[in-house]
Amino acid sequence: MAIKDEIVADNPSVKPEAEPTYQKGGTDPSVPESGVNPFARLIQIVTPPLVTLVVVMMAWIFISTIVAPDIPGPQATFEQAREILADPFYTYGPNDMGIGWQVFYSLGRVLAGFALAVLVGVPLGFLVGTSRIMHRALSPLIQILKPVSPLAWLPIGLLLFEAVNPSAIFVIFITSIWPIILNTATGVKAIPGDYMNVARVLNLSPMETAVKILLPATRPHILTGMRLSLGIAWMVIVAAEMLTGGVGIGFYVWDEWNNLNVASIIVAILVIGVVGIVLEAIMNLVQSRFDYNQR
Amino acid sequence: MTPYLSIEDVGITFPTPDGPFVALRDIRLGIEKGEFVSIIGHSGCGKSTIMNIIGGLAQASIGGVVLDNREVNEPGPDRAIVFQNHSLLPWLTVYKNVAIAVDKVFGDLKSKKERDDWVRHNLRLVHMDHAMEKRPGEISGGMKQRVGIARALAMEPKVLLMDEPFGALDALTRAHLQDSLMEIHAQLGNTVIMITHDVDESVLLSDRIVMMTNGPAATIGEVMTVDLERPRNRLELADNSAFNHYRAEVMRFLYERQRNPQAA
Ligand SMILES: Nc1ncnc2c1ncn2[C@@H]1O[C@H](COP(=O)(O)OP(=O)(O)OP(=O)(O)O)[C@@H](O)[C@H]1O
Ligand SMILES: [Mg+2]
Repeated sequence: MAIKDEIVADNPSVKPEAEPTYQKGGTDPSVPESGVNPFARLIQIVTPPLVTLVVVMMAWIFISTIVAPDIPGPQATFEQAREILADPFYTYGPNDMGIGWQVFYSLGRVLAGFALAVLVGVPLGFLVGTSRIMHRALSPLIQILKPVSPLAWLPIGLLLFEAVNPSAIFVIFITSIWPIILNTATGVKAIPGDYMNVARVLNLSPMETAVKILLPATRPHILTGMRLSLGIAWMVIVAAEMLTGGVGIGFYVWDEWNNLNVASIIVAILVIGVVGIVLEAIMNLVQSRFDYNQR
Repeated sequence: MTPYLSIEDVGITFPTPDGPFVALRDIRLGIEKGEFVSIIGHSGCGKSTIMNIIGGLAQASIGGVVLDNREVNEPGPDRAIVFQNHSLLPWLTVYKNVAIAVDKVFGDLKSKKERDDWVRHNLRLVHMDHAMEKRPGEISGGMKQRVGIARALAMEPKVLLMDEPFGALDALTRAHLQDSLMEIHAQLGNTVIMITHDVDESVLLSDRIVMMTNGPAATIGEVMTVDLERPRNRLELADNSAFNHYRAEVMRFLYERQRNPQAA
């Protein structure tokens, strides 16, 4: 599962994906430098994704007409999308709300679990990163729990809280906490010895050292952990809500499946993707805002 | 009478996988208030280790350091350190890098306004008052080192410890900073210990030059007093026979008597 692979990436410097947000200026190597004619350049930028779009559309039409006729084609889906997105925030009772509300409730659970994970994970990461004893004490536990799909915790959550909403939040909390702990700990360990020497020469107290040196020095790492875990949390909430029910985009997908309304499912998939992009963009913005250019 | 700063029979032994490693032995040195002393020696002889012991960042295995009649065991702002790689905090502006030290050391003694003035005063002293709102990532290596010096000076330390402060800079920038440092020393009369690799630098700046023998078990080989009139001017000194004599003495020590054992 892709979720696990992403959690493993706890070191921002060797992360699988490149981080263009860290560099200011410079040119994007993915954009071919063809110089003078801005129109030619525009064509070069726009053509590849356009080709992808055409290929996907053709494959979609092929599948929906020949392979699996139960799947609606682009035309039918587009009409469904117009209908769904025309009034995303309608409420006809607790079991029939617009897709906007579904996304809203899902986001609420994600943010609650994520915020809790930050509150708990950052201090834990500090402990693991600064104290050898805490590292020895906690890392076996983290190693064992980290690769477990967060959904496996759902039954435990249901037993603990005896309600679905806190259970879903609990699952998101578990999802988000590992990347945050690990990235924070990595960041603390990567603090140059010189910064600590500055703290020692100034006779900073442990509390002052944490607030004035450790926290700002690890901020880029913490933000990387937060960005990773928010992305995973958004993936996990869909699956969690399929199991818990209630208002939320995950259960919406499940409900439409039970109604055999496949066009709505495809629309929901696209909406989930767009929300994911927006979340990522917000985190990137926060990250570049708080990133001091080192050296 | 004991000198202002007294290094008394200091030795240090590091535990290593191959058994204990005696890095320094029998270091004995007295430094008077206002004196500018540089320590020169080949790489790896233990210069940084001496500095760390005086700074309290490392503990001597035997012997001890007494500053102003008090034994020093831990780091403290009375022994400000300028590190080789500036060690400014990259998330703080130039102003705040100095202010963090001023606020800590004078938080109870000076008012907010006085502290602000003091930060600005020290940045002016190193000619960095024009870039107070810049971050370390936005200024040159020489400027960073100036800010590092301002931060150290602003603590009003009893001793200013500098570990190859200009080692990473190009020759021209280094000359500028040496001149600034001489100006500041003339103005404030700080007690300074500077580690250096640079023979010219040691003669130009110092009242005394401490020459180290090679490790392991390195110690002080020779101490030379540099009796040159201040203020010193590098151009006038270039063909001053006394200056060249001191220079030759240090070179003779380093390259004849203490050939670098691991010279590559
Ligand atoms: N913590 C330590 N543990 C073991 N050995 C150490 C430790 N610190 C320093 N040494 C050893 O002590 C010796 C002196 O090191 P030191 O860094 O003081 O040299 P230096 O004169 O400052 O060299 P350079 O000019 O290259 O900075 C070296 O051989 C070094 O390997
Ligand atoms: Mg050194």
